Amino acid sequence: MTDVLGNALNFRYALLLPEIVIALTAVAILFLDAFKAEFKVGYRALPLLAVAGLLGAGALSLVWVNETDEFSRLITVDNFTTFFRMLFIGTTVIVIVGSHEYIEKHVNHHGEFYALLLLSTVGAIYMAAARDLLTAYLSVEVLSFSLYVAVSLAKNDLRSGEAALKYVLLGGVASAMLLYGLSLIYGVTGSTQYTEMAAALSASDGSTDMALMLGLVLVIGGLGFKASAVPFHMWTPDAYEGAPIPVTAYLSATSKAATFALILRWFAGPLYPVAEDWRWMMSTLAVATMVVGNLVALQQTNLKRFLAYSSIAQVGYMLMAVAGMGPETASALLVHLGGYLVTNLAVFTGVIHFYNRTGKEGIADLKGLAETNPYLALVLTAGLFSLAGMPLLAGFFTKFILFQAVVEADYLWLVVVGVVASTISLYYYLMVIKQMYLYEPVGDTTRWRISPTGYLTTGALLAAVVVLGIWGTPLYRVSHEAALALFAAG
Amino acid sequence: MTESDGYVLLALFLVPLGTAVLLMLVPSRERAVIIGVTALSSTAMLALSLYTFASYSFAEGQQFQGVLAFTWMENMGVLGADGIQVKVGIDGITASLVLLTGIVIVPGTWVSWKVQHRTKDFFVLLYILTSGVFGVFVLLDLFFWFMAYEVALLPMYQLIAIWGSTRKEYGAMKLMMMLMAGSIFIFTVIFALYTHVGAGTFDMEVLINAQKDENFQKVFFPLVVIGCGALGAMFPFHSWSPDGHASAPTAVSMLHAGVLMKVGAFGVLRLGFQMMPEGGAFWAPALIVVGIVAALYGAISALKQTDMKLMMGFSSISHMGYVFLGLGTVNVIGWSGAVLQMTAHGLMTALFFLLIGGMYDQAHNRDIPNFSGMAKQMPIWTVFFILASLASLGLPGLSGFVAEVHIFIGAFRAYPIVGGLAVLTAAITATYLLRMLSQAFFGEMNPRWTGLKEITWAERAGATVLALAILTLGLWPSPWIDRIGPSIIQIAGVGL
Repeated sequence: MTDVLGNALNFRYALLLPEIVIALTAVAILFLDAFKAEFKVGYRALPLLAVAGLLGAGALSLVWVNETDEFSRLITVDNFTTFFRMLFIGTTVIVIVGSHEYIEKHVNHHGEFYALLLLSTVGAIYMAAARDLLTAYLSVEVLSFSLYVAVSLAKNDLRSGEAALKYVLLGGVASAMLLYGLSLIYGVTGSTQYTEMAAALSASDGSTDMALMLGLVLVIGGLGFKASAVPFHMWTPDAYEGAPIPVTAYLSATSKAATFALILRWFAGPLYPVAEDWRWMMSTLAVATMVVGNLVALQQTNLKRFLAYSSIAQVGYMLMAVAGMGPETASALLVHLGGYLVTNLAVFTGVIHFYNRTGKEGIADLKGLAETNPYLALVLTAGLFSLAGMPLLAGFFTKFILFQAVVEADYLWLVVVGVVASTISLYYYLMVIKQMYLYEPVGDTTRWRISPTGYLTTGALLAAVVVLGIWGTPLYRVSHEAALALFAAG
Repeated sequence: MTESDGYVLLALFLVPLGTAVLLMLVPSRERAVIIGVTALSSTAMLALSLYTFASYSFAEGQQFQGVLAFTWMENMGVLGADGIQVKVGIDGITASLVLLTGIVIVPGTWVSWKVQHRTKDFFVLLYILTSGVFGVFVLLDLFFWFMAYEVALLPMYQLIAIWGSTRKEYGAMKLMMMLMAGSIFIFTVIFALYTHVGAGTFDMEVLINAQKDENFQKVFFPLVVIGCGALGAMFPFHSWSPDGHASAPTAVSMLHAGVLMKVGAFGVLRLGFQMMPEGGAFWAPALIVVGIVAALYGAISALKQTDMKLMMGFSSISHMGYVFLGLGTVNVIGWSGAVLQMTAHGLMTALFFLLIGGMYDQAHNRDIPNFSGMAKQMPIWTVFFILASLASLGLPGLSGFVAEVHIFIGAFRAYPIVGGLAVLTAAITATYLLRMLSQAFFGEMNPRWTGLKEITWAERAGATVLALAILTLGLWPSPWIDRIGPSIIQIAGVGL
């Protein structure tokens, strides 16, 4: 087989199988949901099918690990892609298993919901895999559109619609900015393929090109929206508050990590030759995000808004690594992303189960949780301490590696800001932990337990948070492999 | 000490950590099991630390002994050839501090069996803290050293906020935020050292022996002093300490004032002076000023306190001032005094807090003017209290004397006037302690306290352990001096 230009096409289609499986599962779920009366499917069938599809896809992508194909430079499946595949698939599995009770009770249109999650996972994976601006942009939109709808699916909650509307409008503006920026960069480089863009930018004479600068500003602005970096973060608290909590968890995990996958692909690839032009933008953004995210988080009373600001602050730490971009910082960023995902999911899964039982989401509603459900209190405490970067937990190790790499990239001042910010963050995480441990429960004081799947997911996440904290070498190793692949692809 | 003794050092921090994990699995209602496990575990820690202390003997040319290293993360990306290691080893200084920790944790455990509210959680947190303290003393890789340092701080918040007394939430939060702010500086220094040396390793032995630029040392040494000094309650970063001590539960006060504050002073020594001797020499006069001001300020503030725990909090600031003063002399005798003072103060302050806690649990009052004639009501308690006070004011034959004499001689050698001021401080110390003794223990018995009982058997046993240690160090200090002195001589930049 040949393409239109006569090049031989010997693609290894097997490498694309995982995404194909996930997409087909999504279609099957929609189909089953539409004909559920005819097929007499139980209400657990949809999540089960989704999880089976995801696990199958994960297994398939591990079968061909270390193998690479470029697919006419549109999409690359390499270790970097596999790293994110595993992260995204794992996240979606955990969100589904950990929250299916919540979804049954509080979400409309279950079939669509699961299908959207799966499709957005595909979009997220292709954001990490794309090697061409067009495929990258399409992947961004696949992810975003799925999530615009998913945000609006909360039952009996007016905030959900409001959140979706805000998210769509601001997300649309962000996409427009991104697209405009990309077209300017395309104008400068004359190609949409990463490799050729990098070659064109390396060959330029080094003088600052205004069109390129404008393009960079717009692209960083657009990505800043998607990653919720200050000052582009305004939609985040509202969307997080209004969305069903599993979608919030998903937004804070997959959506954010996918944006960083894209940032890594672009800023370590085609835009790496002009690194001096954007490093200062990224470090400015990082400082603003850390400072504002942490300071505003101090005043929150709603758990979801609180976690929104806390996740904004976390984005600030990650942007530090982007500012100091290089092979080492990239692998440190991947380590941190992995740790952040696990930790954040632990907290969110805990919050979901708290909401399942109480139907409340205020920080003050956590009062006395250590008495009524000590296990859940432990999970939340471990998660929050890990987010604050406390030792024996994942956050300490990943933050240490991240800061270490940024220092090596000669950004000691940025790390100092980061360490100060993370000390401030300890204060508000402690304020939440205080509610659980220091006060007597209000109202219902009976002991309660979470569901078996709840124990499964929170238990696995808690174990992961602790294991990563004391033995992070395996995560470090795969991150290193992924970063090598990232820079090998160029 | 051989390499196989390295496993003992590993066990030092793995035993409490393992105990904490084990306790998590025990159901909270099984009090007998919890007490049994903690009794065994604390005895094991004491045995291990005694063994460590006994088997250490100085050998020429060996900075650290019992060195044992495992690769934890190898040569990849950011990390150089050695990456991060789990590396343990001790010198004479840490040998004595390990022993101190082992001695304090045993009575700390015994008196905590009284805790009724969520006993299991209390011990889990207490043992995590202990694990961190042992870790700081034996770990020789900066990554894990810092990790252990933070592990030692982390449980403080919950321990004080949940089980404390009086203004516990305020005290806990203030303590936590000030100490964490201090660790910002330490974090910065660790990264700066790593980058500056450029050997791609956090191995402390390599970092100590590497060449460092003099200006680099001058810039980063004060950061260590601020960061670690905050934990050591060094003036002017001490303000968390009286509040924290006043509100902490008994065992936490004991461990905190007894051991954790020493971690701060030890940090100044190891991370500051040993890593950056020239910076240390440059800033030593400042450390002397800070030390003597702290000693005087703590003593004068203690004069006007009426709450026993607050008085002890300020007294600790004053005694830690001696430690920093001793470190500032940068001569062997002053430093030996500083390290001895860490041990001496650790022992007697632990005894103080144990006794005050034993009384407060019954009386729910610690105001000195409210008490009088307690010697009649609680004679055993009084005897121990007087012993602790005499040790604190430096009576010959007790631990405080040995330490303070070294520091005073060192100070006179460096700056005679400072030596004079230090002796004046000792006089003020004697004033507030003797005044408290005469007010609370002698004179007419206050009828309000006739219901008070003698301290419990667990407390008596714990107090006996500490009192024996105080007497041993006071009467026969040579085991300590033989270990501490030669190790100090080896450190670069220390004069005679």
